[in-house]
Amino acid sequence: MRRSELSYRHIDWTIVLCYLLLIFFGWINIYASSYSEAASGIFDLSTKAGMQFLWIGVSLCVATALIFVINPRWYMSTTWLLYLGVLVLLMAVLVFGKEVNGSKSWFSLGRISFQPSELSKITTSLALATVMSHYNFRISRPSDLFKILGLLAIPAGLIMLEPEIGTILVYVGFVFVLYREGLTGWFLFLMGMVILLFILTLKFSPFVSMLVILGTFGIIRGLHARQPLFFIVGYTLAVLLLAFLPKLLTLPSLTFLAEMGCDTVMLILMLGFCLYWFIRMLHRKERKTRWIFLGLVFCLVLTFSVELIFDKVLQPHHQARIENLLGIREDPHGIGYNVNQSMIAIGSGGFAGKGFLEGTQTKFKFVPEQSTDFIFCTVGEEWGFLGSLGLLAVFFTLIARILVTAERQKEANIRIYGYCVAAILFMHVLINIGMTIGLMPVIGIPLPFISYGGSSLLTFTLLLFMYVRLDLERWRR
Amino acid sequence: MAKDQYKQHLLTLGMGVFFLIILIRLFNIQIIDTQYKVTADNNALRYITKYPVRGRILDRNGLVLVDNAYSYDIQVTPYDVKPFDTLALCRIFNLNPEDVHATFAEYRKYRTRIGFQSKTFLKQVTQDQYSHFLEMSHHFPGFTAVPRTIRSYPYNAGGNLLGYVSEVDANYLKKHPEYQSGDYAGKTGLELLCEEELRGEKGYNIYLRNVHNRIQDSYREGEFDKPAVAGRDVRTTIDAELQQYGEYLMQNKVGSIVAIEPSTGEILSMVSSPGIHVSILAEIGKHYGDIASDPFKPMFNRAVMSPQPPGSVFKLVNALIGLQDGVVSTHTEHRCNDGFRASGIRVGCHTHPSPVDFRESIMMSCNAYYCELFRDILHNSAHDSIQAAFTHWRELVQSFGFGKKLGSDFPAEQSGYVPDASLYNRVYGRRGWSALSVISLSIGQGELGCTPLHLANLGAILANRGHYYIPHILKATDSTGLDPKYTEPVHTLVDPKHFEPVIDGMYRAVNSPPGSGATGRLAAADSLSICGKTGTSQNPHGDDHSVFVCFAPRENPKIAVAVYIENAGAGGSWAAPTAGLMVEKYLNREISENKKWIEDRLVQANLLEKARPKKKP
Repeated sequence: MRRSELSYRHIDWTIVLCYLLLIFFGWINIYASSYSEAASGIFDLSTKAGMQFLWIGVSLCVATALIFVINPRWYMSTTWLLYLGVLVLLMAVLVFGKEVNGSKSWFSLGRISFQPSELSKITTSLALATVMSHYNFRISRPSDLFKILGLLAIPAGLIMLEPEIGTILVYVGFVFVLYREGLTGWFLFLMGMVILLFILTLKFSPFVSMLVILGTFGIIRGLHARQPLFFIVGYTLAVLLLAFLPKLLTLPSLTFLAEMGCDTVMLILMLGFCLYWFIRMLHRKERKTRWIFLGLVFCLVLTFSVELIFDKVLQPHHQARIENLLGIREDPHGIGYNVNQSMIAIGSGGFAGKGFLEGTQTKFKFVPEQSTDFIFCTVGEEWGFLGSLGLLAVFFTLIARILVTAERQKEANIRIYGYCVAAILFMHVLINIGMTIGLMPVIGIPLPFISYGGSSLLTFTLLLFMYVRLDLERWRR
Repeated sequence: MAKDQYKQHLLTLGMGVFFLIILIRLFNIQIIDTQYKVTADNNALRYITKYPVRGRILDRNGLVLVDNAYSYDIQVTPYDVKPFDTLALCRIFNLNPEDVHATFAEYRKYRTRIGFQSKTFLKQVTQDQYSHFLEMSHHFPGFTAVPRTIRSYPYNAGGNLLGYVSEVDANYLKKHPEYQSGDYAGKTGLELLCEEELRGEKGYNIYLRNVHNRIQDSYREGEFDKPAVAGRDVRTTIDAELQQYGEYLMQNKVGSIVAIEPSTGEILSMVSSPGIHVSILAEIGKHYGDIASDPFKPMFNRAVMSPQPPGSVFKLVNALIGLQDGVVSTHTEHRCNDGFRASGIRVGCHTHPSPVDFRESIMMSCNAYYCELFRDILHNSAHDSIQAAFTHWRELVQSFGFGKKLGSDFPAEQSGYVPDASLYNRVYGRRGWSALSVISLSIGQGELGCTPLHLANLGAILANRGHYYIPHILKATDSTGLDPKYTEPVHTLVDPKHFEPVIDGMYRAVNSPPGSGATGRLAAADSLSICGKTGTSQNPHGDDHSVFVCFAPRENPKIAVAVYIENAGAGGSWAAPTAGLMVEKYLNREISENKKWIEDRLVQANLLEKARPKKKP
């Protein structure tokens, strides 16, 4: 391929426009969030808005360079070097890093500080693209799947040691890329089940989780049977009946069972059911239902390890945040304080918002981290539902456009990289906004292109514009 | 993998679902649910800041050095003010009506910015004014009295040491964005040093207003209120009684006292005189003009900020270096003919028996002896040039902590000064100088600058026979540990075995019988075996500075004291008795009857005028 064949006419202006809209909108919201009576101008470098302006300038230069100067071959061919380099940084940060809010994830060089975990998102995406585009790569083959999981697990493990939970969750987003590249949809389903069971068990009890498991697997089992209706009706009836188990146990004649507890009784019933299924399966040699059976057992085991995972693996402040989110523990002054204030700020915005610089909640500094992680509060308060809708629309357009163009790539590695970019952006938006409106636990993670912070803006710019440049490759003749 | 393309649509759809969930939630909290309608449009809510109680400052024994007392600020919400009797208000608070009009003109000018907020109208009104105002308050709608804590001081332990708290100004806010206008912060001394611990955390109450802007109710029964968190108490190493006694002795004198516990480096007291009396510390703003124009600069903490020539107490350092270098032995004797003479140079001395040996040279503070000794140090054949010898000497001097910041936790510590060879190379040329050119250094004069903290540290080094702990003023508590640098001994470059003869000289300087020529006899206290050294520092501004460094008891010392009194005269007549009383006060907790006359003499002496800074012509 000769360089002269590249045509810049085809730059994807939708993506670029979305990007420009987002950074501009972010910048004025940072100005508003740190605005005070005695504020100086928006360009004043001693203010956050001024610094962000400087970083926007740097980012635009980097974006331009990525498109016109830097040949993609430079980073596509050195992917492994970059990947390893970032791993070294991730290890170094554990030793030399600065501890901020309990996680040791920042390098600080004078006034500038950055997180290697941010860079790792880019290098991991590149590495995934390289490995998965290999001509004889099949994700359905266990050895290939494990290769991919290892590729993800090494940086994720190092980040776990910091620990930087937000980035870990972003890594979870890569599962969408794997799904697109051939991973079975059952995997996504199982992940959804894991989250659902986790929430149900914590919020209610293992009993409720087991009811849900039984119902769900009944439906799945039914869909694979010759007479679906029979199975579905049967399982539904069983679930309905079992739902009365707690009531049943209050009967005087059953006190010996009640002493064991509702959860245990249900577990015994479920184990009996599993045993019956297992024996039947051996007998009839049904291959199809084997996987469903394994899924069911997995879900049961998970349900009873939720408590253990929650108590032993998670740190106390994460436990508190999750409990607060699920409404298990009300604590509006402590853990719940941030979310409460953030929701008040957003909620007070109403339909059309209070107007630029008119927000009172953010101005009185009731919302913490209001120019970084909680920047969406300013958006919600000053621009209202309309502004929030607009912002989400821009994010949606950006991510959907990346997916559409990715699907059109001739080269598999560019498509995979595109999916990675989309997944990363999506997870960030989902977690960040979800947290400010009380849908997600509080996890420190920036809103792409909007949140204050030079290193985060620069990383997202790199991530996105590497794709914009790679996208041009499909117009080569 | 074209067959996988349906997955793209599925993923886009999935993303759409998640975004839709977010939108539904936003729609719910922004439009449907009224619970979050905390808006400035209807001004339904009013935030009232709750100020935290500032932490107390305790002495080493748990006595309270700085406490809190209540005071009242008068706040005004301009929006709620109705026309009122300005003169009546002025009568209560003793104000000038024009000032009040001007203030309100300002509120009108910025009314859009102020909105419904409250402004502080008057700060720290007296109890009388407060109760008077309370009776009349229904005449002044919009004005409220807000309780606030101010500092109170059970001991007169100097303003310089404790420092003061004042409202943050624009400049401070710029450097400390975490503060807000109206907050108070420690500005000097311990209040500054321990600002983080003492400060506490502000809270607020949220109240609902009705349409007439009256506060009605707590918003959602206080669910979103935030309580103020009181600041933590700070434990210092200061001994309150001793500190107060030191200030008592130093009244009407210019200078300072520093006392250190040698075995730990803990600062027992730090007096700087004249200081700021604690009675004005709480409301320092009102007295700022007087303080700033005081010629004696009461804000200036002499104990750590005023490097001066140490005078003869520095002979201790040269004596130790002489022994270390082997240029003098404890049997060396020198004659003194009213001083030292060599090639046209003469350093005078006072009258005392002659010749003197090593111990007697310290006991009687013979200048000639140290000129000889210092010449031997610098003209030592072990070094091939005067520069090398001088650099060696300087290195040893610096190992005593001189000429550098000791690294104490007390703010604004000065480093002092020890000259180096290059200075004399510049002044006299490389070959142009000898020991005789710098002979003043032998007796602690010339280009030397030591703070009283340095000198007290010298006392601690002698008490410990060769090492010191970095002096510090914060005491470790159960919750806060001490920086390890304060618990590691710092060793001087002089071998511990050389200290005993020097200490013997110091002991004799204080405890010899009358008529023996000992210089520090006024410091003596029965059975306390004080070891000390006088200094009489000449200076061009007036009478000599009176200096004394000591420690006690001789074995297993408990306290080291340095006293520096400016322009008072001989070290033996002013600084020595002051230090002696400090030691006695600390070790015995009281002054024996037979020394009361010394105490009276010191307290009654007014040496201020001798030290008054000359007006520049």
